[in-house]
Amino acid sequence: MAEAKRVERPLSPHLQIYRPQLTSITSILTRITGNGLIVGTLLAVWWLLAAAVSPEYFAFADAVVTSWFGDLVFFLSAWALWYHYLAGLRHLYYDAGKGLDIPTAEKLGWACIIGSVVLTVITVILV
Amino acid sequence: MRYLTARKRAEGKGAAHTGTEHHWYMQVSAVGLAFMIPVWMYIFGSTLGKPYEEVLETFSHPFPAILTGLVLFVGMRHFAKGAQMMIEDYARGSMKKGLIMLAISISYAVIAVGFYALAKIAL
Repeated sequence: MAEAKRVERPLSPHLQIYRPQLTSITSILTRITGNGLIVGTLLAVWWLLAAAVSPEYFAFADAVVTSWFGDLVFFLSAWALWYHYLAGLRHLYYDAGKGLDIPTAEKLGWACIIGSVVLTVITVILV
Repeated sequence: MRYLTARKRAEGKGAAHTGTEHHWYMQVSAVGLAFMIPVWMYIFGSTLGKPYEEVLETFSHPFPAILTGLVLFVGMRHFAKGAQMMIEDYARGSMKKGLIMLAISISYAVIAVGFYALAKIAL
């Protein structure tokens, strides 16, 4: 018998065969927001560095940070931070072995989505 | 016969070779960040867009400077380990190792730059 053909199995989390559900979408969003926050972090740290270096460099960085591009990055980052925040708390709750039945998990998913939008609006109003 | 205890034989095995350390670190840093992030977001958000002198003034105070340093350090370590989980799910072999090294390097570089800036402003 010829050598067994290696099966090309899909990598986790099998996106091609997975029917989108609230629980899976909110889980994937946790990963996207968490990793995406590096963009806002880089911009923020660059701005802080510019403030430490010189007034001229700060003027340049501040112009970028307060432009429409900077506003967009920080607005999206604020939402991403709040979403990741709530989803992270949900993870801690899950890790304690609680809230894993489907009705509760779906309610928590909606709580993350609606809560993050509400908190982002409050943040934009406050700061 | 090998004089090894059952525990010694099990140590270092498993997908991560470090047992539950990775997961435990994510839980600890998540709780720490949960306390720090709302306060830090308020301070940073209020300072963003302020004139040069006011920005220097804010970060020369102990609380905003120390909090920003803590958020950067814990946040970036949390990022590196989180990014590692993502990379381990989607990449294999040398690509996986290279990307994990890159994520860890970015995290330390951001911490170093942030600390330099905070030290220069605050001191």
